[in-house]
Amino acid sequence: MTTKLFGEPVRRREDARLIVGKGRYLDDIGSNALAAAFVRSPHAHARVVDIDVDGALEVEGLVAIYTYEDLHGPMAEPLPVLIPHPQLHAPRTGYPLANGEVNHVGEPVVMVVATDRYVAEDVCDRIVVTYEELPVVVGVDAARSATHAVHAEIPDNVAARHHQETGDVEPALAASPHTLSFTQYIERSACMPMEGKGVHARWDDADSSLRVYSSTQASTSVRAAIAAKLELSLDKVEVIAPDVGGGFGVKINHPWPEELMVPLAAIALQAEVKWSEDRREHFISSAHERQQRQEITVGYDDDGRITALDVHIWHDNGAYTPYGIIVPIVTATQLVGPYVLPVYRVIVESVYTNTVIVTPYRGAGRPQGCYAMERTMDRIADALGLDRALVRERNLIRPDQFPYDHHLTFQDGRPVIYDSGDYPGLLDKLKALVGWSAAEELRAAAAERGKLLGVGMAMYVEGTGPGPYEGGHVQVLGSGKVLVSTGLTSQGQGHETVFAQIVASELGVPIEDIEVTTGDTRRFGYAVGTFASRAAVMSGNAIALAARGVREKALRIAADVLEVDPGDLEIDNGVVQVKGTPGASMPLRTVAVVSNPLRYAFDEAAKQATQFARPGSDDKPPVAVGDAPGLEHVDYYSPIRSTFASGAHAAIVEIDPATWEIDVVKYAVVHDCGNVVNPMIVEGQVHGGVAQGVGGALYERMVYDKDGQLQNASFMDFLMPYASEVPDIDIDHQQTPSPLNALGIKGAGEAGVIPGTAAIASAIEDAVGRRIASMPISPTELYDLMRNDDSELTAACARRSGTGAMA
Amino acid sequence: MNVDTERTITLTVNGIPREATVPVRRLLSDALRHDLGLTGTHVGCEHGVCGACTVLVDGEPMRSCLLLAVQLDGASVTTVEGLARDDHRGGQVLHPVQEAFRECHALQCGFCTPGFLTTIAAGLEKRDNSAELTEEEVDDMVGGNLCRCTGYANIKKAVHTANAAMRDGS
Amino acid sequence: MKPAPFRYADPGTLEEAIAVLSSEGAGAKVLAGGQSLLPLLSMRLAAPTTLVDINRVPGLDTVEATGDGVTVGALVRHNALLHDAAAARVQPLLARATANVAHPAIRNRGTTVGSIAHADPSGEMTSVLALTDGHVTVATPSGVSTVEWRDFFVGPLETSVHGPAVVTSAFFPALPDRSGTAFAEVARRKGDYAVCGAGVVVTLDADRRVAAVRASYVSVGLTPEVHDLTDAVVGQPADSADWAAAGALARTLVDPDTDIHASADYRRLLVGVLTERTLVAAAAEALGGTE
Repeated sequence: MTTKLFGEPVRRREDARLIVGKGRYLDDIGSNALAAAFVRSPHAHARVVDIDVDGALEVEGLVAIYTYEDLHGPMAEPLPVLIPHPQLHAPRTGYPLANGEVNHVGEPVVMVVATDRYVAEDVCDRIVVTYEELPVVVGVDAARSATHAVHAEIPDNVAARHHQETGDVEPALAASPHTLSFTQYIERSACMPMEGKGVHARWDDADSSLRVYSSTQASTSVRAAIAAKLELSLDKVEVIAPDVGGGFGVKINHPWPEELMVPLAAIALQAEVKWSEDRREHFISSAHERQQRQEITVGYDDDGRITALDVHIWHDNGAYTPYGIIVPIVTATQLVGPYVLPVYRVIVESVYTNTVIVTPYRGAGRPQGCYAMERTMDRIADALGLDRALVRERNLIRPDQFPYDHHLTFQDGRPVIYDSGDYPGLLDKLKALVGWSAAEELRAAAAERGKLLGVGMAMYVEGTGPGPYEGGHVQVLGSGKVLVSTGLTSQGQGHETVFAQIVASELGVPIEDIEVTTGDTRRFGYAVGTFASRAAVMSGNAIALAARGVREKALRIAADVLEVDPGDLEIDNGVVQVKGTPGASMPLRTVAVVSNPLRYAFDEAAKQATQFARPGSDDKPPVAVGDAPGLEHVDYYSPIRSTFASGAHAAIVEIDPATWEIDVVKYAVVHDCGNVVNPMIVEGQVHGGVAQGVGGALYERMVYDKDGQLQNASFMDFLMPYASEVPDIDIDHQQTPSPLNALGIKGAGEAGVIPGTAAIASAIEDAVGRRIASMPISPTELYDLMRNDDSELTAACARRSGTGAMA
Repeated sequence: MNVDTERTITLTVNGIPREATVPVRRLLSDALRHDLGLTGTHVGCEHGVCGACTVLVDGEPMRSCLLLAVQLDGASVTTVEGLARDDHRGGQVLHPVQEAFRECHALQCGFCTPGFLTTIAAGLEKRDNSAELTEEEVDDMVGGNLCRCTGYANIKKAVHTANAAMRDGS
Repeated sequence: MKPAPFRYADPGTLEEAIAVLSSEGAGAKVLAGGQSLLPLLSMRLAAPTTLVDINRVPGLDTVEATGDGVTVGALVRHNALLHDAAAARVQPLLARATANVAHPAIRNRGTTVGSIAHADPSGEMTSVLALTDGHVTVATPSGVSTVEWRDFFVGPLETSVHGPAVVTSAFFPALPDRSGTAFAEVARRKGDYAVCGAGVVVTLDADRRVAAVRASYVSVGLTPEVHDLTDAVVGQPADSADWAAAGALARTLVDPDTDIHASADYRRLLVGVLTERTLVAAAAEALGGTE
């Protein structure tokens, strides 16, 4: 049996419970808990005039009703602005329950606790809230025109004006041989994990302690927030993320009102209380992402090389800014992609609207940035009559330019310096994989079948694994079990498997002996969270360092027992042995036993560590100065800056010119996330990301009406792809290890989704010969575009007679 | 004629007769999860679109969120917990589709997985697996369930793998 | 998303069902497959005082195919009708349309007659009942009567049947001689309600020329309608008729709505395209049947 599992497609260890229905998700916990439900605002913008609960009091099973009036101290204050930033000049957050004003449909106004969820909803139905409606702001353009204000004291609706520049863009544009300017839009989608959010809280009155389970991506920070808001000592609060049914970003924001209100009720009622978010709640009271208006001016030379880029974006942040301006910063800084931009200026105005808050959704601003940059590349190629791949190639950062400094500041406050990559390599592989050079033949063949075929591509660079840090704990028990823990959480990424692979490889133990725990503050109290494709980079490296610490200690102890030099020892398959000397060995579990000098023997193994079991040195204490009992080690990984993964996608679409239905017939991915811990899992992440990318390009959109009512708050009308809508995906890999961390890895979680909108827009434009400047696009919208005499024809269409015209 | 607000029902779940007293409005999904403690059946949308709650009612896949528990009086229900067989040595023999899901990495967060497993298991058991499994059949088996993690490619692969195992094993 | 409280009865006979519907009053509602009703209950968009579950009523789960047509009982599940070979022979539109109803797990429970009684203009079977010129049978305290489709659908999610009543069956007349049918949909995702669907019947004369063309659409208009497109192609040889003209005529006859998935204009476009495409297929089938 090998323990060298780094890089192997090891089958997932978490699956054993998940495939037999033994997972433990939030709503599986506390079957006898009281249930919470919320009265939520039916209006997008209104003053709360009155809350009348009289009609609800007679409902059998009602336990408690809470309104803002019941909140005191820190709970009566606004929710935290999690990530303050100097350019976020007008941050606003909501309250755990509305304090006199509601700013989006779905904002919680009243919490009801009852014997079960059915009854709790009955009570909600009978509570009468009187509202005075206020003018509503929906969409970036309405926010920008500022006819009405979301927050009265912010009349221009601008929460932040994020600005970065790498030089003087105006003279650079003026000096450019060519310039072009355009405006484009991208719409709202959402993470939409299959499991909504949820919170379960249990108060132990005798112990004055609180245990909270939350379907979260950040259990340590939820814990800190609960302790602060409910004025509890941190050591009396434990927060556990159980099995989490998907996150994709929405569960990184915290504390959600429910994460505070449910514990508050549990303490007040001295009872277990649980809230399991239902699907409608998830639509109207969690978070969305992606709506932006992008105004772009680019300067370029005759070869298509960019000379200057000026980007002005209006970003819809919804009603509040609890997550700061992370998404705008990520758009601004990741927009640059794999390209050399001699001068770059970006301004992102983050604006308030009376809609659900905007916090990161897989990609977190990157899909928008990629859409801006890649569509710019397409426009340059079109204007010059050049191949779109060639224009990209001419602008790429070359492999000998690393580390490459963009002179920008990333979302972690650190410089955007690309650590490593081979972008021409990506492009070459992509062209081969998708058959880029054969596109015209494919187009002709499709035309014979009466279809319009188009090919598009998009490249990206993704900053992954941002700090500040993560930690790992590795402990070998006397039984031989190896316990591994890290503070960040899991939502299906296979952390139990990949972290075990890392420990097996580093420590030389069978993976069967390793047990991994994530997201449980009882086991590891210091952590940041699972977001930004950071778990493998951050906790992976921290755990590797912890395992190396254990290994070093094990060798030291074993060397002492075996009376050899630690340098002559190795650990193989859980046994410490002298290299090249069969028989001179001791099992790691025995090392663990003797690492902890005992007075009391509680089992056979422990006897070996008791004080009379073996001779010791009379002039040394049993535990050496500076040492500690036990075979364990805690270590942390804190990177100097993010590591930058990269990739390139291409899509081939076929369009029926009678019905304008769009079919993605081929989707190709070339992916580089440095060294890969588990290729099976990385490929699964790519598959899932691409499905969300296709969904975001062709199907998913949050449709608000002018009154701020979400028109499609159900799975019937918010069109997440089924299997029938996801194309087959061809994947090729490239590995340029990161020089920034010991394992040489970069993040992989978000990559698959980033270029989908850009690549598919490019392919549709190529197929129909009309400019695609608003995504996602549906058949009815494509029909509108094609029959509109004013819609812009591409230059390629004009050059290519016979196709692209209206059928 | 009894017109009730609560009833005691008896149904066979995973081969075991079970009794529960439930309000008549209790959804089958909630009765399985909260009254009978079988939390393997997951609730993803409660309007019949996502398929996470799919169970087998008298062998046929149905959405447990679109059935009232009282309607199942006398019926036989199979949940994800009932797919594996007892190996009579204190353990379980996984259903081939469960094995295939693990082998093919057909799940990530696992929340939608029970609905896929029950639906595919029923679909594969019903077919003559000496006949070649077509992509159309596979699409039909997986096409009515939402998964947000996997992009479905590995789920489809798992259907083929399970079918091959059932063919070779039978 | 949990249903509001209601009372529940599951009568063992049709008479009992009618009786309990009568005694429970106007707030009582019939529950058959429940695949449309349960989501409405869970979203609390519907709150009946009583559900009268007819699933235990005997005799309602049969499909009866005769030379005259197909009678589908109120408890026949979509999947049963989809796989009923005798029904498909007598009226091929039944299986062709049913194949487009949602996904298999829904079809295992949902009923054809329930869909019709739900009167959703996005439902396939309401359209097929109209296109085949069918009727439903309704049991009330005063007896059993039939209601022609034209008189049954009065608005979206609204029928002419009120008070204590159970729609016990739907009757779909047989396909006329020398006829062919086709059914097609455009949906955003496979299994979704159609953005637009079209069902057609083409009937030829003895000389294999077009004698009659009827079409009905899904998700177009507030209630099912049948459009006679005969004038566009009457008398033309079926293998070379100007089906595009029939499609163009259809576009002028429909009055679709705009919703978040499609504009009225786009639906009208699809009416034309799907009409032409289904007519080509239906004519080919009719020709095949006359050889």
